Amino acid sequence: MTESRRGFLKLAGLSAVAVAGSAAVSAKATRSEGHEPPATTGKRLALVVDLRKFAKDDALFAAVVEACHKAHSVPDFGDDAKNEVKWIWTEPFETAFHSEEFHYIREDLKGKPTLLLCNHCDNPPCTRVCPTQATWKRAEDGVVMMDWHRCIGCRYCVVACPYGSRSFNWKDPRKAANLAGLDPKAFPTRMRGVVEKCTFCDERLARGEEPACVAACPNGEMAFGDLNDPASEVRRLLTEHLAIRRRPGLGTQPEVYYIVEDPRSLMEVAPAAEVFEVEEGGHA
Amino acid sequence: MLEKALSGSKYYWSWIFGLLVVIAVGVACWFWQYTVGLTITGLSRDVVWGFYIAQFTFLVGVAASAVMVVLPYYLHNFKAFGKMTILGEFLAISAVIMCMLFIFVDMGMPNRILNVFLYPTPHSMMFWDTVALGGYLVLNIIISHFTLAAERREEPPPRWLKPVILLSIPWAVSIHTVTAFLYAGLAARPFWLTAILAPRFLASAFAAGPALLILLAFFVRRISSFDAGQQAIDTLAKIVTYAMTINVFFVLMEVFTAVYSDIPEHLTHFQFLFTGIEGESTLVPWMWTSSLLAIVALVVLINPKTRGNHSWLLFGCVAVVASLWIDKGLGMVIAGFVPNTLGQVVHYSPTAPELLISLSIYAIGLLVITGLYKIALEVRGQLRKATTN
Repeated sequence: MTESRRGFLKLAGLSAVAVAGSAAVSAKATRSEGHEPPATTGKRLALVVDLRKFAKDDALFAAVVEACHKAHSVPDFGDDAKNEVKWIWTEPFETAFHSEEFHYIREDLKGKPTLLLCNHCDNPPCTRVCPTQATWKRAEDGVVMMDWHRCIGCRYCVVACPYGSRSFNWKDPRKAANLAGLDPKAFPTRMRGVVEKCTFCDERLARGEEPACVAACPNGEMAFGDLNDPASEVRRLLTEHLAIRRRPGLGTQPEVYYIVEDPRSLMEVAPAAEVFEVEEGGHA
Repeated sequence: MLEKALSGSKYYWSWIFGLLVVIAVGVACWFWQYTVGLTITGLSRDVVWGFYIAQFTFLVGVAASAVMVVLPYYLHNFKAFGKMTILGEFLAISAVIMCMLFIFVDMGMPNRILNVFLYPTPHSMMFWDTVALGGYLVLNIIISHFTLAAERREEPPPRWLKPVILLSIPWAVSIHTVTAFLYAGLAARPFWLTAILAPRFLASAFAAGPALLILLAFFVRRISSFDAGQQAIDTLAKIVTYAMTINVFFVLMEVFTAVYSDIPEHLTHFQFLFTGIEGESTLVPWMWTSSLLAIVALVVLINPKTRGNHSWLLFGCVAVVASLWIDKGLGMVIAGFVPNTLGQVVHYSPTAPELLISLSIYAIGLLVITGLYKIALEVRGQLRKATTN
């Protein structure tokens, strides 16, 4: 938000504009093809999910979700979808990328569970709408944070999130069966009436550790790191592979990437002309 | 002046008592909701705003509509609205109070409501909506209090009041514009992502509010000798007619854009409303009822003969209010969530406690308007003796 505002101000050379006008034009100003590094210092943390690797291990999804939800005392209300709280979960690939309309997709992607979580957008709509700044993008590394002690439970952020990544505590999470007898030293539980979501494990980041989901992956199925560091693993993966993001057209700049294809593996099997067609037409 | 609301006939007190019973039931439900959480509503992870927020949206329109009597009276010196303005301002006060209560009951953490002011956030439309609504309430309380107090002393209103009244005109437009911006600025919700949302909100508000005011004026005339005046009612009826016509025109523009462009994520919400998708058709009968009522209302109102006839006008106004209540108080908000952001079709319908809490807020609104209208009528000494026995 701050960066995009700043960008807009530079463009327009105006210091005072109506709130609505500013929001509309700044959205336009940030619409760019590639990733724009933040104007502030340091890091832009991002997550890369390698769908090819996940396709090889169907049991891994459950382990990853379990690792996250256990680490953050996320309540489990069983089949009660209405009151569900989730930080990371799976949807079929076609649902996760529903606006892309994949019709004739590779067998290893068709209907495959795909991990979804907060995208920690570079231009997050949720933080823009929050009336109390109970959710905000951390300037030093781009993590979209939540203050459960300030949230008034208006759920405007849930409405504004294009990814369904936010959950509201419709009932007391502490009453969930899985949280009974929770270690008091464990991650603090929330109370009914506030919104929660993935925070890229800010508590683990503070200790210099990777997010719990990444740590739960044995073979680099997920990678986490700083996109602004050219030597980082995430940068290497994104340079070497074709990765997609969820609904990039909305201008939110999501920072969770999904590797769906490896162009080099295509080159090994396909004649040059076909590779060209694949790259141009995008008929993967 | 408030003491005037505290004396009255046995009909008056039975009405008040009836309202208090409805309010008590709703307050009990709210305490239950406060203890257990919003899980007692039909809201879910997918449909996070529902009946409460939809009522809020509809009532912001009713509140804003006071401008339709204030503007002709004060800007154009349209004397016929002299008696109607106070009814309009009191309706606005009652509607804003209901709006605030609907927001309050929708909050997960109502005890933290002051955080909106402790951490003022100009980039949030909700912050501006709070400011706009609060300001509008204060403006209307000041304006109606001082005009009525002056009238009681048989003096002209104080001179300083004029600029306050003039300020209330753009302010009224702002409350509904900002309320539309709550919805219209969200990339995640294509159904609301339309520049015509604010104009459409205003058009529907300026139809539903004055229609409600006509119904109230008829009612007041029945129970008292206070007559807002034939000319005032005729003019309001014309305002309702124009506003309703413009509103229907705006709706058709939205339908054209969605249907002709055939962009699935725009079209699918209209399909949910009017045909149902994947078997989810909860709102379909409601939306067709709303459309039918709108057409009938237009036929009755546009024809000068039926518009001039009190029974037909009454019918037309009821049709306008009912049609727009369904459109805004049910369809507009819920359709934004179905299908959800993942393209999944989800279901929402309000639960009994949710409806009882809503009903009690409407009862509080009626209580406020009863008290305020009673004061206005007593001050003017026009309450029929028959009703005070």
